[in-house]
Amino acid sequence: MTMDFLTGLIRIILIFSVIMGLVAYMTLMERRFLGFFQLRLGPNRVGPGGLLQPIADGIKLFFKEDMTVSHANRFWFLLAPAIALVSVLACFAVVPASASIVVADMPVAVLYLLAFSSTGTYGILLAGWSSNNKYSLLGGLRAAAQMISYEIPLALSIVGVLIIAGSMSLVEIVKAQEGLWFIVKQPLGFVLFLICISAETNRTPFDLLECENELVAGYQTEYSSMKFGLFYMAEYAHILLASCLVSLFFLGGWNGPLLPAPLWLLIKVFFVFALFIWVRATFPRIRYDQLMSFSWKVLLPLAFLNLMATAVLTVYLA
Amino acid sequence: MSKALLKGLALTLKTFFRRPVTVQYPDEKRPVPERFRGRPMLLAREDGTPRCVACGLCEKICPSLCITVSAETGPDGVRALARYSLDLNRCSFCGLCVEACPVEAIAMGSEYELAAFGREPLVCTTERLLAATARNGEERP
Repeated sequence: MTMDFLTGLIRIILIFSVIMGLVAYMTLMERRFLGFFQLRLGPNRVGPGGLLQPIADGIKLFFKEDMTVSHANRFWFLLAPAIALVSVLACFAVVPASASIVVADMPVAVLYLLAFSSTGTYGILLAGWSSNNKYSLLGGLRAAAQMISYEIPLALSIVGVLIIAGSMSLVEIVKAQEGLWFIVKQPLGFVLFLICISAETNRTPFDLLECENELVAGYQTEYSSMKFGLFYMAEYAHILLASCLVSLFFLGGWNGPLLPAPLWLLIKVFFVFALFIWVRATFPRIRYDQLMSFSWKVLLPLAFLNLMATAVLTVYLA
Repeated sequence: MSKALLKGLALTLKTFFRRPVTVQYPDEKRPVPERFRGRPMLLAREDGTPRCVACGLCEKICPSLCITVSAETGPDGVRALARYSLDLNRCSFCGLCVEACPVEAIAMGSEYELAAFGREPLVCTTERLLAATARNGEERP
């Protein structure tokens, strides 16, 4: 019993530190890639090729003054960043790096994922509300509205995958893709999932909740120091999660020749994240009403169509 | 609509693989234009003494009053330069002193990294202004 507990704990700590390391270096990758997209070099002065930049950023954030504005609701103001980060990190419990490297291989992993990633909305909404600042509140409200609207087509676009794989466990889903990646069987589902997950993680074409020219910094306006850092980490952890999920659901997860399984997943995650950066470097932010009507009038019907077509075909072929 | 989106993506992808235009400033510097007006410098005769005849026209024309010229009677009885002082704290690098000089004794150099830890190092004396000429390694008539 204690042995199980200890090995479990070690496993959690290991995976946690790998995730946090990846999150730190994703910020660097994003900044450098955005630089390249804009004919700049990006941060390259700290350490060889800028490799120590995330550490410098971390130290800087840590030594910033940690302020709590006097009119804020203190309890929720402090709790909100923690909720945002924990809800994302909890999701990684079911994300497998290979058939054996996983904290918990649950039979209901997909449900668990959807449930916990929705909890992240609470962090943002509470941050916006407890700051007691109209920009923060508007940012938080937008975040809540956006995440809820995009969660529906997001969930529906995964159901197609679940039907084909016949399981909700992520390990089983990846095993079902050993011959053929699901992107071939679910091209529409893949595109829908990609769009919805980038709205869910508040990436640039959909980053209305912190849109600078309208809302200052959205829900994080009043946050400083490590409290802001937690939001930042949560955001990048969420993007890492999104990249992992795209790879696991549609790109065959860790399946691949020659190289070890976790490395294959890492390569795929790298390319999916590069795609996210590419999209961010290309598209301007869309208007708020466009965002909403796009979700409800375009994505949702398409997701239903995809779901029905998949279901009918699966039954017909079986 | 999606075709336009893909076109945009193709364009940004092309820029991703182009060379960045960044000049990494302290490590690499852009060449200074030919008529750049940097730190002023005094030009010297072949024997190393300043060409300046201490007429004081530069002092008169200087809009920021940063030049002070003091004259003395030289060993051959001719008016000669005693001390030339140019205060870079005040200088606006307008180049009027160069325009005014009848003997082309002062010129604008190309140095532009003039930050110092105090005011004193920025007050340039004759020697420093001559030394700037040597550093620039160019004699602009």
